[in-house]
Amino acid sequence: MNRILEAHFIAPEVKYFRVEAPKVARKRRAGQFVIIRVTGSGERIPLTIADADPEAGWIALIVQGVGKTTRTLNQLQAGDTLHDLAGPLGMPSEIHEYDTAVVVGGGVGTAIAYPTAVALADAGNDVIAIIGGRSREFVILEDEMRAVCTEVYPTTDDGSHGFHGFVTDKLAELIASNPRIDHVVAVGPVPMMHAVADVTRPHGIDTVVSLNPIMVDGTGMCGGCRVSVGGETRFACVDGPEFDAHLVDFELLARRNKTYGAFEHYRNEEFTASEHDRVNPPGSC
Amino acid sequence: MGRDLTRRERLKLTRQEMAEQPPETRAVNFDEVNLGYTPEQAVAEAERCILCSHPVCIDGCPVGIDIREFVRLVADEQFQDAVDVIKRDSFLPAICGRVCPQEDQCEGACVLARKYKPVAIGHLERFVADYERGHGGQTDTKDVPKTGKRVAVVGSGPAGLACAADLVRVGHDVTVFEALHELGGVLIYGIPEFRLPKEIVRAEVDQLAALGVRFETNTVIGMIETIDELLEDDGFDAVFLGVGAGLPRFLGVPGENLIGVYSANEFLTRVNLMRAYEAGAETPLLDLYGKTVAVFGGGNTAMDAVRTARRLGAAPATILYRRSEAEMPARAEEVAHAKAEGIEFETLVTPIEMHGNEDGWLTGIRLQRMELGESDDSGRRRPQPIPGDEFEIAIDVAVVAIGNDPNPLIQKTTPDLEQTPWGTIVADPQTGRTAKVAVFAGGDIVTGGATVILAMGAGRRAAASIDEYLKTGVWEIVAETEA
Ligand SMILES: Cc1cc2nc3c(=O)[nH]c(=O)nc-3n(C[C@H](O)[C@H](O)[C@H](O)COP(=O)(O)OP(=O)(O)OC[C@H]3O[C@@H](n4cnc5c(N)ncnc54)[C@H](O)[C@@H]3O)c2cc1C
Ligand SMILES: Cc1cc2nc3c(=O)[nH]c(=O)nc-3n(C[C@H](O)[C@H](O)[C@H](O)COP(=O)(O)OP(=O)(O)OC[C@H]3O[C@@H](n4cnc5c(N)ncnc54)[C@H](O)[C@@H]3O)c2cc1C
Ligand code: SF4
Ligand code: SF4
Ligand code: FES
Repeated sequence: MNRILEAHFIAPEVKYFRVEAPKVARKRRAGQFVIIRVTGSGERIPLTIADADPEAGWIALIVQGVGKTTRTLNQLQAGDTLHDLAGPLGMPSEIHEYDTAVVVGGGVGTAIAYPTAVALADAGNDVIAIIGGRSREFVILEDEMRAVCTEVYPTTDDGSHGFHGFVTDKLAELIASNPRIDHVVAVGPVPMMHAVADVTRPHGIDTVVSLNPIMVDGTGMCGGCRVSVGGETRFACVDGPEFDAHLVDFELLARRNKTYGAFEHYRNEEFTASEHDRVNPPGSC
Repeated sequence: MGRDLTRRERLKLTRQEMAEQPPETRAVNFDEVNLGYTPEQAVAEAERCILCSHPVCIDGCPVGIDIREFVRLVADEQFQDAVDVIKRDSFLPAICGRVCPQEDQCEGACVLARKYKPVAIGHLERFVADYERGHGGQTDTKDVPKTGKRVAVVGSGPAGLACAADLVRVGHDVTVFEALHELGGVLIYGIPEFRLPKEIVRAEVDQLAALGVRFETNTVIGMIETIDELLEDDGFDAVFLGVGAGLPRFLGVPGENLIGVYSANEFLTRVNLMRAYEAGAETPLLDLYGKTVAVFGGGNTAMDAVRTARRLGAAPATILYRRSEAEMPARAEEVAHAKAEGIEFETLVTPIEMHGNEDGWLTGIRLQRMELGESDDSGRRRPQPIPGDEFEIAIDVAVVAIGNDPNPLIQKTTPDLEQTPWGTIVADPQTGRTAKVAVFAGGDIVTGGATVILAMGAGRRAAASIDEYLKTGVWEIVAETEA
């Protein structure tokens, strides 16, 4: 059982949690994740450790409510507990010295990219962040990124904030104007990471993506998280989650992530119905 | 007192068959298939034992249980005494009585096996262990003085649990670290409820907790803490590694990442650990109702997977195995139960390629027919392809159950732990001592995928050696050549 110390929404359906986990807070490195269960009968889901304070003994999780488990989690408040929390899991981000590194975050992907941006900056790198969202309220962690990056470019699909367009448009623009860019980290929806890989490939820029396949144990035991990288099968939970973007089979990942689409849709509808009942108890009008 | 029977009278008695749920009923539920002996049946079966002066059955048991003595006590209706005899050598009789490959071990060795049917040693072991659990459980509450020594046991499978049990009983302070959220290892996430009710595993764990063993679940050693940190920072005096072999092998054929191809570990974990078979489960599983399911492999894992698929509505559910049925490593009882439940067996085939539709879902498999050639080093005849004899079958879901390799998580962060080219940890078979001082290992992580009884035995031998090390402080490794 891990106690939630703080919880608040930072964007629509996106909640920030500070969770008591002293050992994990001490041990974790950028790029690693935890597996949690919200309840004693719940699903095991992976969440990136967005931040941590080893002295105070907490880790931060930033969660987008997309389905039953994440939406249930996002109902929890400070003082509530997570039933299980295991971690840190996965390989830490590889941090080297670069001329200029660009960190690209799409939606909640920004939360996953943030600790890597911090680690790159801590290693003395110049870091540029491109953080995208559908519109202004979906762009997250802008202030936090500004605190560690030399330049930060918010982008929105509708132009309501920052650059009007996709993160990849901004990235292409930066690469064209800044020859020092020699490392790119991209985290977000699969099509976005795929598009980033296509942008950097012709320039031969070393590019890393953090993959989000479906996981169960997170320890290399089940093989459910397998992805194809350079034609080889790898387990994202122990060999990744970060891989060379130019070698990843994104189409396979996108397809495999749809395995339980029908089930997830059903559970999500069910959740929405129960949510409706909770907000409008029977008999109320 | 039991009946006084002559040898000839005993030989005339017929083996007591254990009652089972009828195949039609059990093929749609997850309740245990075997229903157990009645006390009368147990006594009648025990009377079949001719109490050999050289009980060869004992040589067949990997931990040397005094079978003749416990069976004699069953014939005398001294059920608790019988279980006490077993417990001198085995820590998990309710489990081993159910899952040991008896036909290759105790029962295979029994003198009656050649001309008659062997004494049903496994069924009797199960009976007395269940009798004990049903009569207030174990009587193990002796207060032993604490030694003040602390041991970390990594992994809560049969090896880890057995090691923890023996250590706590001699007064050491024991903490078991488990990566998953439930305790029991393969006994919980692998072997299904219909073969080994989880309640039995939980009862064993509860018993250890009552004896003072501490359990820390959700703790992946190698990630949250290395072995060195356990020894140096956390003040553990010794570490036992019972982390099992849990890295699934795949077939290495094109198409095996299609949707609908599971490793047996994933399939069984979703069903057993995450209870995907229960209505309202949070963890999803592909709907198998009316689907064609093929399971690759011929071991216990393959039988568990295919019978699980059957219970989830798969029809047909088929075993695809590259050798012939005679070479199948699964327990004979599981193969017989699978057949009775309508599982189909296609032997002497190996997959060449898996095919899918444009959305990436599995639709079929191309198979190669095999024939048996020369014997290999395991003494089994090696399957070889019959050139040109290939065919295609349509399937919806495939489960790959061709074995596991050791998970490298711990070895990666403990470079001074010697390992074999196969990734298993090198440990002395008698003492469990590894190349690293104060670190012991046993079970599947040392042997590769084996059996519950072997893992349990290794855990107990390591416990004895840990106790000796903690008392004497002497660390001596048997020279490589002697091992
Ligand atoms: C290593 C790793 C780190 C992650 N870190 C974070 C994080 O920090 N914050 C965060 O909000 N999410 C993160 N995710 C994704 C998160 O685990 C999933 O959103 C979650 O499992 C969905 O569960 P659910 O029951 O709420 O939704 P489901 O009902 O399972 O799914 C709802 C929708 O989400 C999609 N989906 C399902 N599984 C995933 C997945 N693994 N990744 C992306 N989409 C998925 C489905 O296709 C469906 O459209 C991470 C995933 C991985 C593998
Ligand atoms: C489906 C299936 C059916 C089987 N049927 C039979 C049968 O009928 N009869 C039989 O005798 N044998 C059977 N076996 C084999 C038997 O279960 C194993 O040989 C036995 O469980 C091995 O015990 P163990 O203690 O070495 O490891 P395991 O039972 O594998 O337990 C290891 C434990 O360690 C944990 N762990 C791993 N890494 C870490 C880490 N880094 N930190 C913390 N914890 C960790 C794992 O989560 C697991 O809980 C079967 C196996 C399977 C998979
Ligand atoms: S432990 Fe296994 S091999 Fe030994 S007597 Fe019992 S069933 Fe037979
Ligand atoms: S070998 Fe068979 S008959 Fe002889 S003592 Fe053992 S169980 Fe009894
Ligand atoms: S999640 Fe099971 S192996 Fe990666």
